[in-house]
Amino acid sequence: MLNVIWLLLLASGIIVAAINGNVEVVTEAALSSARGAVKVCFDLIGIMALWLGIMKIAEKAGMVQGIARLMKPLIRRLFPTIPTDHPAMGAVILNLSANMLGLGNAATPFGMKAMQELQRLNGDSDEASEAMCTFLAINTSCITLVPATIIGVRVSFASANPTEIVGPCIFATAVAMTIAITLDYWFRRYSPWRRIP
Amino acid sequence: MSLAFLDTISRWAIPFLLLVIPLVGFLRKVPVYEAFVEGAEEGFTTAVKIIPFLVGMMVAISVFRASGAMEALSHAVEALTSRVGIPSEILPLAIMRPLSGSAVLGMATELMKTHGPDSLIGRLASVMQGTTDTTFFVLTIYFGSVGIKKYRYSIVTGLTADVTGFIASVYICNLLFK
Repeated sequence: MLNVIWLLLLASGIIVAAINGNVEVVTEAALSSARGAVKVCFDLIGIMALWLGIMKIAEKAGMVQGIARLMKPLIRRLFPTIPTDHPAMGAVILNLSANMLGLGNAATPFGMKAMQELQRLNGDSDEASEAMCTFLAINTSCITLVPATIIGVRVSFASANPTEIVGPCIFATAVAMTIAITLDYWFRRYSPWRRIP
Repeated sequence: MSLAFLDTISRWAIPFLLLVIPLVGFLRKVPVYEAFVEGAEEGFTTAVKIIPFLVGMMVAISVFRASGAMEALSHAVEALTSRVGIPSEILPLAIMRPLSGSAVLGMATELMKTHGPDSLIGRLASVMQGTTDTTFFVLTIYFGSVGIKKYRYSIVTGLTADVTGFIASVYICNLLFK
């Protein structure tokens, strides 16, 4: 699946550029974005270090496990394969809460931590586990209660009511999230991709 | 919700976490600074591990966009989507939504500059920016950080959610703002 999409993005780009007679655009785009990707990762290092450090304190103080216990009834249903009170639960919840609050830079490190814990449960396979798929289905369709960036843009263009889009955002995300969770459940239970126990 | 309230939340959230977590840790007898350093150490290795995955994905997306292939795709679906009340200006944004967060923010800003933030297009661009996440970016770095190469069905789930979010955005904006 991913192999096909990746190839399609590259190949269609190069073919269209060739038809338009400007293949050199491809060279420029490829080289500069490769450099850009490394820059993104390097920018991440500091933010990751900060939040993983804070998270370690929270873990040692028992706060992560506390949050996990608090949310157990809901989370257990979404992630039947994660043992209760496992640190993965706490990290998953922290990530989703940070996402909801629009704290993108804290959400990513919490998410990485969650993935590490889930990977441990997955026996270090190179194939995604069910819990990972569910986690990412929720994560990518997650509600943002405070879409601060776009509100900022609206304010800068002198919108009469910059926050009027919050309600519609929540509606649209709720619909997307419902579909994501339902589809993920179906895949897990009935699709050809499910793992036969 | 008032702007002042939202502003207060987003200004206080991070200072609040940075105060409360170390404070509670200290009260529970955690050696806070040592614990912080121990956790922070993982930051470097995790970020570096993502590099190959992100380079692969960003190169493909950037070639797709810069070459004009994205525009061509947008023109191709235009005839279909204009019939159901989707303005054609918004299509490139919808196509880029799962691929690149920074590109989408740039496009949404540009649309608001041209059409005004309170036009239907400006509002639709805002709602789409605030709805769903950059699926490919998230999958790439989250799976990449733990060395997962086979994503199984998660791309289908993520992309279906993106399409649903897009349709729901168009529906709600046409309903409320037209």
